[in-house]
Amino acid sequence: MKETVGTHGLVFNEPLLWEKGAAGRNGFSMPPRDVPESPLDEALAGDGPDFPDLSEVDVVRHFTRLSQWNFGVDSGMYPLGSCTMKYNPKTNERQATLPGFTGAHPLLPAELCQGTLQLMYDLQEFLAAITGLPAVTVQPAAGSQGELTGMLIFAAYHKSKGKARHKILIPDTAHGTNPASAALCGFKAVAVASNERGVLSPETVAGLMDEDTAGIMITNPNTLGLFEENIHEVARIVHDKGGLVYGDGANMNAIMGIVDVSQLGVDVMHLNLHKTFSTPHGGGGPGSGPVCVTSELAPFLPVPRVVKTQKGYELSEDFPQSVGKLHAFYGNFGILIRAYSYILSMGAAGLKKATQLAVLNANYIKEKLKGDFHLPYDRPCMHECVFNDKNQEAYRVTTLDIAKRLMEYGFHPPTVYFPLVVHGAIMVEPTETECKQDIDAFIETMKAIAAEARENPKLLHEAPQITKVRRLDETLAARKPRLTG
Amino acid sequence: MRYLPHTEEEIQAMLQEVGVADLEGLFSTIPGDCRRDGDMPLPEPMTEWELNAHMDDLAARTAAAPQYRIFMGAGSYDHFIPSATSYLLSRSELMTAYTPYQPEISQGTLQAIFEYQTFVTRLLGLDVANASMYDGASGLAEALLMAIRVTRRKKVAVSSLINPLYRRVVRTYLEPTGYEIVELPYTAEGRTDFSALAGLDELAGVAVQSPNFLGCIEDLQAVSDTVHADKKTMMIACFSEPLAFGLLKSPGSQGADIACGEGQSFGIPRSFGGPGLGIFATRSKFVRNMPGRLVGQTVDREGRRGFVLTLSTREQHIRRERATSNICSNQGLCATNAIMYLSTLGGSGIRQLARLNRDKAEYLKGALARAGVRIPFGAPTFNEFVAGFPKGFDATWKKLLKKKIVAGLPLAPYYDDMADYYLLCATETCSREDMDLLVKEVTS
Amino acid sequence: MKEISELQFAEDVRYAEDHEWVRMEGDTAVVGISDYAQDQLGDIVFVELPAEGDTFAQKDEFGTVESVKAVSELYMPIGGEILAVNENLEEHPELVNSAPYTDGWLIKVKPSDPAQYEALMDRDTYLEMLKGLQE
Repeated sequence: MKETVGTHGLVFNEPLLWEKGAAGRNGFSMPPRDVPESPLDEALAGDGPDFPDLSEVDVVRHFTRLSQWNFGVDSGMYPLGSCTMKYNPKTNERQATLPGFTGAHPLLPAELCQGTLQLMYDLQEFLAAITGLPAVTVQPAAGSQGELTGMLIFAAYHKSKGKARHKILIPDTAHGTNPASAALCGFKAVAVASNERGVLSPETVAGLMDEDTAGIMITNPNTLGLFEENIHEVARIVHDKGGLVYGDGANMNAIMGIVDVSQLGVDVMHLNLHKTFSTPHGGGGPGSGPVCVTSELAPFLPVPRVVKTQKGYELSEDFPQSVGKLHAFYGNFGILIRAYSYILSMGAAGLKKATQLAVLNANYIKEKLKGDFHLPYDRPCMHECVFNDKNQEAYRVTTLDIAKRLMEYGFHPPTVYFPLVVHGAIMVEPTETECKQDIDAFIETMKAIAAEARENPKLLHEAPQITKVRRLDETLAARKPRLTG
Repeated sequence: MRYLPHTEEEIQAMLQEVGVADLEGLFSTIPGDCRRDGDMPLPEPMTEWELNAHMDDLAARTAAAPQYRIFMGAGSYDHFIPSATSYLLSRSELMTAYTPYQPEISQGTLQAIFEYQTFVTRLLGLDVANASMYDGASGLAEALLMAIRVTRRKKVAVSSLINPLYRRVVRTYLEPTGYEIVELPYTAEGRTDFSALAGLDELAGVAVQSPNFLGCIEDLQAVSDTVHADKKTMMIACFSEPLAFGLLKSPGSQGADIACGEGQSFGIPRSFGGPGLGIFATRSKFVRNMPGRLVGQTVDREGRRGFVLTLSTREQHIRRERATSNICSNQGLCATNAIMYLSTLGGSGIRQLARLNRDKAEYLKGALARAGVRIPFGAPTFNEFVAGFPKGFDATWKKLLKKKIVAGLPLAPYYDDMADYYLLCATETCSREDMDLLVKEVTS
Repeated sequence: MKEISELQFAEDVRYAEDHEWVRMEGDTAVVGISDYAQDQLGDIVFVELPAEGDTFAQKDEFGTVESVKAVSELYMPIGGEILAVNENLEEHPELVNSAPYTDGWLIKVKPSDPAQYEALMDRDTYLEMLKGLQE
């Protein structure tokens, strides 16, 4: 195999912050004191925290070295299934750090923040155009808070119809957060098994749907990367019993410009701006989880809502059926700026092309690798495909070993052991921003690893060896938790 | 489009491998009646340069320093942010990484969060801190839900001097499941009135905020003594200005079981209210009931120190509907931002800066009082306080907006009995000249 | 994970379908999980147990065992009152892995209906059931 991107770099050791520095050092330019000292009640005054004193250089070297131990999308291909790790455009960062935005106080009177309000309003319109669902809130701070918002809307809707409902249907191919979000609203999750084709059967749903069931939460395409082809029929069954259909939009990157979500029978859908709309994941967040709903459900959206009047844009609380507030202010506005900037850069044709190329990349990988890795559902996939380690079992090589070996070749591993319906799952989502050469390099690497599994499994069992640390003892971490230094 | 690298030739070659004729053919599994008719109704795409001009225009139509003098805090504070912090935060290895599920290539994120957890516990005087919640408001809601889980009780008491916006979020989180929320009134000096607790029993938790929404510092030790009269009840100390603990006693040292709140003050731009940082800390014995991610220290195969996400069985992806929270994405980069900021500040710096904030606000408070403005609440304050202006001050307040001065937050929308009361804030970014100007303008 | 032939199955206990075992010591039922169950779970990092004095019916959930990435519920193989819990597991959850039938016991129960014990599987029946699961 030809040279790969993975190699040794000069990796520095770097202690913990409190293992360096010296008392009296200073990394902050303290403003001069132009007011007198004022006394404070002794009973309230404390000693202050035990933080180290560091110089600016100490701090800069520290975090620069730490960053060099990390792998980001800017470092290389990050085919993490269900996470849509696409390239994060740099112009988005420029826009989000404009002083007018970063300096904006959230409680300014409306006439002093027309720019920020217009951005929120327009973004809502854009997301409505993309999904086909006309009413949108951008308040939820993450996908899971979007799900919670959706479930709150379900509960409020049924209450407005005069009867609370207590159950919710959740397919086994849905995202893992769904049951936890539903539980927060007091719904009991009822699992729905997918069929042998990896999708929902209308009969199964019909057997479970009743008048105490608030509705169904569907991830479409599902976590196997398959389009729920019976969604119309499933939605009809749920609607006939007075239920609602929730669409988990985490996989929106597979269907932008192709599918009008409102036509599918979906009533509520959350989007992940940090997936489909290119905002950076930040090592765990912040994300943003806007929720789009039908006009019938619009009265239940969180408040305040941005409205357009003759005087300009305003924040309105005047929605008496609203589920309330989910965030102290209006959500992760800085993330909204980035998504808005992305949509304006791409346009309708660009977003559709992104979806087409994401699906092309995934199907290409699926076709090229299915001889080497077992493919439990051998059908055309959407933006991601799910393999497993069945072909490698004979060599006592697991999905985890494959993932760790990939690191040494310079790739972030795919999502592993998810979805749960596939034993030893390897879930690959390349996204559209990876070019053919990089996709080919990934395929070649995976094939090389499959060969190593047969010929030299020790290489996989021992991997990774060139990273800052090798495999870590997670059992020790959990048995004897050491959560601070 | 510059983010889409495929050439036409490459697309054709790949389509051939997949075995479909064109890009549309990739979507054969989507039934016809699910397909969209026509294009998405979106604006034409902009070039990078057109976008810059458009965004500059939007940003310019929002009031910000230095053109505006904004004496408003109320949960979002203006502090100087060192260039080193903003610069380091833009390191793309940190910014463009996912949640550190593969620890061998995520040690940067993991160590930074471990350091963040450690600093938070030292600041708040508690044992464990999580890797962040969405914001101060959802952090408080999660703290109350945690108290309900720990105590298996169904009722909580919440001070009416907790940020009213936070209390609304609490209602959103607690009401669907039928938990009861009792609001505690406040005293004439601007602190929570605990006399109402006497008639309440079986409380899962009691939440206060210090400094509270009026800027007043609560006597947390007295709160703890009152709350813990029932040993089972948990005391939750919320905050929106954690810089105060550079000067004040920590909530943990005063008996709080959970401390939670907003960490935007720690180097995070206000950014119209988000992203901020939900800080959350508690005592070790409650760790398994805690929401959110945790980073723990361990060793690798060669015995070297390293960090991993741990105690994950509490979380949604494993425990599903019985998880301690549904939180998944958090505010990781904001936590990283906070640890970068706090490390530039250091132990000496945070003491000085906290002291300076207190003194700036005391100066403004004193100057206003001398000019005849009423200071209705007598309890000590940190960097914001309430001023009572004469009836009809709202006209002056509006007139000052034209002079690019925001003279605090009107409290009438939040408290029925606070007409003509304004919440004013002065941090280290306010110069004495700015404050003198404000005093002159509001009293002329 | 090991093959069934590599696992230990105590003779002096009876087994429930959810892989708990019961050993009668006089009038007291000692409860734990089988070698098969601990092997399936992997390294156990935490065991959550009920309080002494709690009462449960047969098949009620009485606690959980956790590995790094999984949580499993524990179900009463026999109904009754909790007389004691294995407090050693708080510091040493690994005992459930290393000594599932002895030091890794979970709870002691005062059975409400001793007939429930008799109805549990003996070693051979349990092994048959496990072989069925493997197919």
